[in-house]
Amino acid sequence: MQNILSVQSLTKKFDDFTAVNSISFDVEAGSIFAFLGPNGAGKSTTIKMLTTVLKPTNGEIQINGFNVLKEQDEARASFGIVFQDQSLDDELTAYENMVYHAVIYKVPKKERDERIRTALEIVGLWDRRKDFVKTYSGGMKRRLEIARALVHYPKILFLDEPTVGLDPQTRKAIWSHIKTLNEERGMTIFLTTHYMEEAEAIANKIAIIDHGKIIETGTLEEIKEKNETETLEEAFLNLTGRDIRDENGEASNKMRLMGGMYRRRRH
Amino acid sequence: MIEVIYILWLRQLKRYWRSKARLVGSLGQPLLFMVAFGFGFGPMYARASGGANYMDFLAPGIVSMSILFTAVFSGLEVIWDRQFGFLKETLVAPITRTEIMIGKTLGGATIAMIQGLVVFGLTYLLGFRAESLESLGLGLLFMFLIALFFTGMGLTIASKMKDMHGFQMIMNFLIMPIFFLSGALFPLENLPPAIYFISRIDPLTYGVDGLRGALTGVSAFGVYNDLAVILALSAFICTVGAVLFSKIEA
Repeated sequence: MQNILSVQSLTKKFDDFTAVNSISFDVEAGSIFAFLGPNGAGKSTTIKMLTTVLKPTNGEIQINGFNVLKEQDEARASFGIVFQDQSLDDELTAYENMVYHAVIYKVPKKERDERIRTALEIVGLWDRRKDFVKTYSGGMKRRLEIARALVHYPKILFLDEPTVGLDPQTRKAIWSHIKTLNEERGMTIFLTTHYMEEAEAIANKIAIIDHGKIIETGTLEEIKEKNETETLEEAFLNLTGRDIRDENGEASNKMRLMGGMYRRRRH
Repeated sequence: MIEVIYILWLRQLKRYWRSKARLVGSLGQPLLFMVAFGFGFGPMYARASGGANYMDFLAPGIVSMSILFTAVFSGLEVIWDRQFGFLKETLVAPITRTEIMIGKTLGGATIAMIQGLVVFGLTYLLGFRAESLESLGLGLLFMFLIALFFTGMGLTIASKMKDMHGFQMIMNFLIMPIFFLSGALFPLENLPPAIYFISRIDPLTYGVDGLRGALTGVSAFGVYNDLAVILALSAFICTVGAVLFSKIEA
């Protein structure tokens, strides 16, 4: 199998703090790759770099054969992303959000309506397409964001904690959509989540990151075997420790040392 | 490329059109200024100038003011987009930053232009009249250039701001002085040298003077000089904005 995503010694430094420290990994085309780690481990910073939102301090990223730093637009056309925080325009209707996306991703005009319809039907929002996004619930917004990310037929879909804050019904529905996309269209899925059972159920391959370093990679079975645990969650806790992390990363004593870094790291 | 710019433009217009409260609310200030200053200082101005009509002087200034405020706000809206996450959606798309800059500038400028036209209509209700149809055409060009320049300025500032905390500072130390020292409310003759100097480096000075010159035939620097200055400034700020925008990170 060829790699759809390939990362080599990727590093991001904010002043003297290293959020991501020389990580390397590959994601096979057609797989579901779970990228796990405690809060502030470097997950979101990594996703931001993979999706051209942040410039890496160092390292190479290839998506769909395109160099993310040098062939930005080709790389951008190859992936879809559902960000951790909402990124919809509340003042537009769902359909208008979809059209906006289709146009800026240069979906041919003839195919636009059809593709938008299909994507909205997949997530069950076609009947609500004319409603303003501000009238949507959290789960509906998430589903709309997933639908939106599908309109330009990405080769790889990044999902940054797509089910956070959602009820079990919605979470189940979202994962089943994602699984279908992966199986029926061969779309590669790159996801982060804090729900270990979700990763366990869906991922072919798992990487665990902590303190900006990848500390474990492998299939679910390999990781459980290596760590001699019954579940992924136990393996995860053994690997990353049981301390509670600050929302912005790092154990709290280190945060204090870092002082003014707090504000900068949020973006 | 045209379609990308169009959809960015369309989004801004839809948002503007849908917030009727903002549309109506933003007419209150120019109306108040025109009534309070126009009728308040009118008699004084007439006496001092030997019979000239203050409303003729003031109306282009108030139209410029409403364009200034609307344009800067529209530019700064990018900060809201950033805070509500929508900016990321646009930034990860396979489009150039220049396209984003152009789309947003034209969107904001169009909104400011509409706002200016509505206020211009209000001045007609209060008795203001343009000299002729040609002068009206030239006036519209000035209104659009003012809108373009200040939307570009808003966007340029917004590309460097992470949140709305600096908003008050920008209002009080940049936008308000730009308005008050532009000659929108009073003639710039016989001012203390320091104030005169500031008014000469104030971009709106040339917009107001040009608009006034176009509409009423009275200008301090000459309409075509004003036109050249505001054109050059608009080109400059849009270039700066495009450069800063190309480095923007969500």
